[in-house]
Amino acid sequence: MDALIRVADPFRFYTRMNLTELTGLSASTIGDLLGLIKTVPGSSIYHHTHRFLQQHQYLSPEPPNDFAHWVANSLGEDELGERLASVDTVQYPTIRALRAKIVATIEEHLRRDPRARKPFAREGEEFHFKKSVSFILPTAFVAYDLRDFAEILKKITIDSIYFHVFEARLRLERGTNDFSFWIESSFGEKALAGEIARLDPYTRTLDNLRRTLIHLIEKRIGEGNGADR
Amino acid sequence: MARIDEYGPVVGQAVIDDLRLLSEKLRGKVVQHINSTSVGGGVAEILNRMVPLLNDLGVDTHWDLIKGGEQFFGVTKKFHNAIHGQPGEITKRDFEIFRETSEQNIRDVSIYGDIVFIHDPQPVALVERKSGNKWIWRCHIDISNPDRRVWKFLRAYVERYDSAVFSAPSFSQRLSIRQFLIAPSIDPLSDKNKELPEETIEAALQKYGIVRDKPIVTQISRFDRLKDPVGVIEAYMQVKRYFDCQLVLAGGTATDDPEGMQVLEEVREKARQDPDIHILLMPQNDIDINALQRASTVIVQKSIKEGFGLTVSEALWKAKPVVASNVGGIPLQIAHKYSGLLCHSVEGAAFAIKQLLSSPEYARKLGENGREHVRNNFLLTRHLRDYMLVFLSLYYPDDIVYL
Repeated sequence: MDALIRVADPFRFYTRMNLTELTGLSASTIGDLLGLIKTVPGSSIYHHTHRFLQQHQYLSPEPPNDFAHWVANSLGEDELGERLASVDTVQYPTIRALRAKIVATIEEHLRRDPRARKPFAREGEEFHFKKSVSFILPTAFVAYDLRDFAEILKKITIDSIYFHVFEARLRLERGTNDFSFWIESSFGEKALAGEIARLDPYTRTLDNLRRTLIHLIEKRIGEGNGADR
Repeated sequence: MARIDEYGPVVGQAVIDDLRLLSEKLRGKVVQHINSTSVGGGVAEILNRMVPLLNDLGVDTHWDLIKGGEQFFGVTKKFHNAIHGQPGEITKRDFEIFRETSEQNIRDVSIYGDIVFIHDPQPVALVERKSGNKWIWRCHIDISNPDRRVWKFLRAYVERYDSAVFSAPSFSQRLSIRQFLIAPSIDPLSDKNKELPEETIEAALQKYGIVRDKPIVTQISRFDRLKDPVGVIEAYMQVKRYFDCQLVLAGGTATDDPEGMQVLEEVREKARQDPDIHILLMPQNDIDINALQRASTVIVQKSIKEGFGLTVSEALWKAKPVVASNVGGIPLQIAHKYSGLLCHSVEGAAFAIKQLLSSPEYARKLGENGREHVRNNFLLTRHLRDYMLVFLSLYYPDDIVYL
């Protein structure tokens, strides 16, 4: 593969900045939580399954979603906490599907253990539903070839990587991450695109994700150059 | 005053580039901040930083004050305590005083912003001047369990705004307007937070008669009941049975807080018996505060209620181990046992301080994690970004906005 092949349809890097909106809705029991998970906007489910990733980026891997963290730490329901933490976010193509899985996990737990409805969060530790408002805007960075692409990945904000990897796939329902889509459709690099798409970004810190992406692309560029010689 | 580009080495140039992208979307809008004091307290401190930096980014930003006499600020202090859920008698006359001064301000304050950004309850009634422009009410205080009568009175004003902004999720109320969560921030380049040479730290300690011959436990806070300085002394006394340490309680009072001197006297009385307790009234001496924090072994923030508790981020930014109450915005800054220790009582605070004094390696790790957490979430650049996003949200009602 020639890393310097320039394509007509370049990759435009976008960034997204999130603002957190408060809903005024809160839960004190698992029953309250379940009822609200079913009815809050998708932006709220998105927020509570992705917030930890961004705010505690240095503490990953295994960022818990907020629901898992709350039922375990504020209600003492460790088993349900573990089940919710294990929901494999990367398997779900849409927020609707992710929400349905979270609801099913809680309902199944309550069926098996109705006592779990009883614990109350102490005052001040209620679960407060929030939602993410995303502002998406183009950056000045545009890549025409893979070498540019890897160089830009080193410079852009973590928010930009986050947008193209997490937000594009799940929230904007593009099916895959933007990087894999462009690499496959522009260069026919199916293997590299697949390798990136198979990364589980939920079990890495965002900086680790950045380094891994750069490594995979540079490795492929190196292989290509070797093969060409 | 620092320029925006000077933050690049601290947060990364790409973060600054993103701020510039965002500011371009606000060209042509005039932003007007209004609050009640230009000195003392967290609000004035943050506006002193934010306003010049927003202008540096090209967002036309101004800052105005309302006026009020001693009576008015006495009433707003009562409101402040009542919103924090503290009992206290509020008379019909108090509400009248609030209305009278507000009416005067409604007449006298010039309103010219496309976006009018009102801070805290004191100027809340200015919204009566709303006509065609956008209004934001920024609540900096803990409103999770407010006195119903005072909140009902204020809420009538708040619901006339376009949006409200709170510092912690638990402060959110059921309101008919949009509400956003924006944590405040610290300025890494300010005198209070910048790196200091060892000589400066030593000079500050000498000035206040503090010798580094034993661990220093410090709380930096205004002398205010809600910061529980007496509780800190009690916790220190419990620790002192096991560790020969010293306690520093340092802070000032704000011009809108008439109760401060009384609390200071109570604290001095409580501390009289012990020469290792240093009570320092030091209005607005940021370098000295910075030096005291850097010289500390453990930093405490044992607030009973807290709007946010910026002193926690200040301490974490200096990679100090922190023991703080699990109230207000503090749990946003400290993930318990990862980036500090949270407590609920005097006994809990004492236990946590003992843990940190006896395990320096653990204390060091908590401090390092804390510094990274602050770098990612509580520096001024994140705050600037959030404010610009709130301004833009006034013109875009959706959850996903393409700019």
